[in-house]
Amino acid sequence: MSDASNAPEVSTGSTTGPVVEPVETKTTGNAWGLWEVFVRSSRGLSHVHAGSLHAPDAAMALRNARDLYTRRNEGVSIWVVPADAIASSDPDSKGSFFESPQGKDYRHATYYTKSEGVKHL
Amino acid sequence: MSSPETTAETAHGHGDISTGMAAPSGSGDSNASATRITPGNALRPEDIALEVRTGLVKPTEDAAEYALRLGDDALILAQRLGHWISRAPELEEDVALGNIALDQLGHARSFLTYAGGAWEKSEDDLAYFRREHEFRSAHLFEQPNGDFAVTIARQFVVSYYQFELYRRLTESTDGTLAAIAAKAVKEVDYHRDHSAQWILRLAGGTDESRKRIIHALKLVWPYVGELFEDDALVTRLAEAGAAVVPSSIREDFDRLTGEVLTEAGLEVPEVPAAPGGGRRGQHSEHLGYILAEMQVLAREHPGASW
Repeated sequence: MSDASNAPEVSTGSTTGPVVEPVETKTTGNAWGLWEVFVRSSRGLSHVHAGSLHAPDAAMALRNARDLYTRRNEGVSIWVVPADAIASSDPDSKGSFFESPQGKDYRHATYYTKSEGVKHL
Repeated sequence: MSSPETTAETAHGHGDISTGMAAPSGSGDSNASATRITPGNALRPEDIALEVRTGLVKPTEDAAEYALRLGDDALILAQRLGHWISRAPELEEDVALGNIALDQLGHARSFLTYAGGAWEKSEDDLAYFRREHEFRSAHLFEQPNGDFAVTIARQFVVSYYQFELYRRLTESTDGTLAAIAAKAVKEVDYHRDHSAQWILRLAGGTDESRKRIIHALKLVWPYVGELFEDDALVTRLAEAGAAVVPSSIREDFDRLTGEVLTEAGLEVPEVPAAPGGGRRGQHSEHLGYILAEMQVLAREHPGASW
């Protein structure tokens, strides 16, 4: 058992400590591209994002994905996609993008009352 | 000796992963779900050890000698490939070579466990407490890693050789050898793909990578011939339907490796053959260093485990 009071102070990401600027990754002309990996764990389920990796081309990306993300029987199918081919929503526009549906009960079936005489609902 | 928990159906923690005695129930693919990983069902060295220990299988002296050859090939290659961990050109390739090394180690454990059944020795006895001249691996497997191209060239030869060998060995009259080969052949098939992909890329990459793969193939090719040499042992075993005659797979090896080399715009190097002798326990200066590193811990601390 370690004595918690003697534990060194761990930064919790607040802005008070010294800020370490992330070192910019230097990409040379020969660097391998980044690929996003999607794995389907079994038939009938969807592919789920598993992580990313570096590879020189699509064929090697698939093989690297096999080696990195299906070592413990995790999958029966893999997709790899060049990371820069994925367009993603802007994290800063969360409000306008994702909060609008809130409160719109009428978009859910439970909002409506059943009409008389309709069977099997 | 612990009692085998044949009825254990642990439903908590990592109960799904069974690493102990052969569990006839509980660890099958049928339990696979979206959120759970399973080890799957496959022949493991532990299963062979159990069969050997309970006397269910016992190799003939010849079959054990043969298994020793195949096991030593895989063991020495695994040790060599393991040296790439943390040293490969990219993290992804580090893992790829590590996976291949572990596949080879798995094959080695199975073959050595089975071989040991003839002499009441364990896989560890055979791996850690034999001397250099008692190893039966061919010279190709102990060749240094060199640069990445040399390792790929060695992998190219090994994987195409092992695939043709194991593919045929699945029909062995020796049930255990056939079962080990059936497990191994699928893994070696992937090793073939891995090496072929890299042969094509190194050959078609930059001037430097092409120069290196051409040089690498020249370094490795003298050791190809030994893989396909027949001797009294394999001939005897082959007559009983238990082993594959090495010379019988040369044609397929030449054709399939030739196809990849042609696609890569490379040629089969014309180099004189090395003398060989690994199957008789005559090795190059490299094996001693490999064994020293591989065996030192087990010999310093016999029986140690962690």
